[in-house]
Amino acid sequence: MAKKLRKKYISSGPMPVPKWENVLVVGAGIAGLEAASQLLSLGYKVTLIDKASYAGGHVASWHKLFPDRTDASSVITGLLSSIAGATLLLSTEILSVHRLGEGFAVVLSGGETLYFKAILLATGFSLFPAEKKEEYGYGVYNQVITNSDLEQWFNEGNDPRINDRKISSVGFVHCVGSRDIKAGNPQCSKVCCITAVKQAIEIKQHFPDAEVWCFYMDLRLFGKKYEDFYISAQKDYGIHFIRGRVSEVSEAIDGEVIVKAEDTLNGRPVKIKLSLLVLMAGIISRNDIQPLAEDLSVMMDSDGFLLSRDNITGITRSQRPGIFYAGTCTGPKTIPESLAEARSAAIDIHNYLRGL
Amino acid sequence: MIPFGFSLSPSSVTDLDKVDTRRYRELLRLEPGAATCIGCGSCSATCTSSAWTGMSVRKVILGLQRGRDVEVDAMLRGCMLCGKCTMVCPRGINTRNLILAAMRISKEDGK
Ligand SMILES: Cc1cc2nc3c(=O)[nH]c(=O)nc-3n(C[C@H](O)[C@H](O)[C@H](O)COP(=O)(O)OP(=O)(O)OC[C@H]3O[C@@H](n4cnc5c(N)ncnc54)[C@H](O)[C@@H]3O)c2cc1C
Ligand code: SF4
Repeated sequence: MAKKLRKKYISSGPMPVPKWENVLVVGAGIAGLEAASQLLSLGYKVTLIDKASYAGGHVASWHKLFPDRTDASSVITGLLSSIAGATLLLSTEILSVHRLGEGFAVVLSGGETLYFKAILLATGFSLFPAEKKEEYGYGVYNQVITNSDLEQWFNEGNDPRINDRKISSVGFVHCVGSRDIKAGNPQCSKVCCITAVKQAIEIKQHFPDAEVWCFYMDLRLFGKKYEDFYISAQKDYGIHFIRGRVSEVSEAIDGEVIVKAEDTLNGRPVKIKLSLLVLMAGIISRNDIQPLAEDLSVMMDSDGFLLSRDNITGITRSQRPGIFYAGTCTGPKTIPESLAEARSAAIDIHNYLRGL
Repeated sequence: MIPFGFSLSPSSVTDLDKVDTRRYRELLRLEPGAATCIGCGSCSATCTSSAWTGMSVRKVILGLQRGRDVEVDAMLRGCMLCGKCTMVCPRGINTRNLILAAMRISKEDGK
């Protein structure tokens, strides 16, 4: 590693006189935005970059958030208003990073080189590509969509896969690409059980006459007020819960899909015809994180997410001085968890910079 | 018919589109708490009669959801209405009322 860094350092030519910025935040999802806002109020100069052409990350695509059905857009607007003092560069990524004394020289895709004392990675997650679970038919049958597609439909209402058919029965498949060693993701994504229950209720509100079924392996409803959602889904909305993993999906002649699972509490296989099937695609590590991690000489944990110094006491610290983490780049998290971590990372960076 | 020496087993698949849930819907009307069962099995584990009769409130609810009426009727006959299941249910379902409701529905059907 040291060898690699030295090589890079030498190849970067004569040492420039750096004009130090304080902190670079990579990723303007909710974690990056919150960390930037906290660092600003601690008095640091912050540059925030995002690959995407918009800020907010995944939450920018969501509609109403569990547990209180808060507008996702209001969360992002609130965060954006708190980073007015930062430099926000969209459609921007890191081309290369060189360690320079106690800081970093960073070449951005815009061509400019900037100097930072610390870097915070808030690069987030990727959604599991649902088409990889071929047996569920995503991308093959028009009746099969993902949790993310459904959030977009709640926002925009123009998905022909939903609009062009009569919705009389809807199924939700939990753990798509999560808790699945064969798919390469043994971890639980944490947010999809509660998202399924939330979306099932919302579907029922849109289509009150539809029967709604959730197929789960375990219901992992760990968070504040999540169990209340579940009770309400059962009692107020009559949503059916079947403990059993969907094994296959096929198309029926009448344009619906036939779903098969084992009803494990009943000890018998079940089948059912549905007009719409929603796959709860899980949270996996970003598919493009490897080159950036290599550039920064940070490592990946065995679950594919960025490796923290310590998973109990130092989740926001990388193993390299000056490089920190916040949010879902280290594993699946809810929004309040990601925000709390962003605040904690800001304090970590503050202590680090004070000690330089 | 030619005796082949074997017969076809009926399918064990529950076709959720065809299940007759009339009894379950009636049960929900009489005891709405039935919808909140999470299948934890506390009721069956504590049941005084379960070991001898197979009675299980969890299975009664599930059985009615899946149209297994005959098995449900057999289970209900084992209940002594001791009320222990009401005490242990974490969802606070009034299992005593639930059992009585299920018995009433089953009796009306039997007429
Ligand atoms: C379907 C679904 C629904 C959800 N609903 C809820 C909910 O209702 N309530 C709740 O609490 N949680 C919910 N969550 C969880 C929530 O989405 C996450 O907690 C949140 O998105 C994490 O934010 P983040 O900033 O860590 O990551 P992200 O949202 O992934 O943002 C990361 C940002 O970093 C940028 N980036 C990545 N790599 C680079 C790079 N190399 N250079 C520059 N920029 C980069 C990305 O473009 C992105 O903008 C849901 C999750 C899913 C999957
Ligand atoms: S949160 Fe629920 S659906 Fe998501 S991976 Fe975990 S158990 Fe599966």
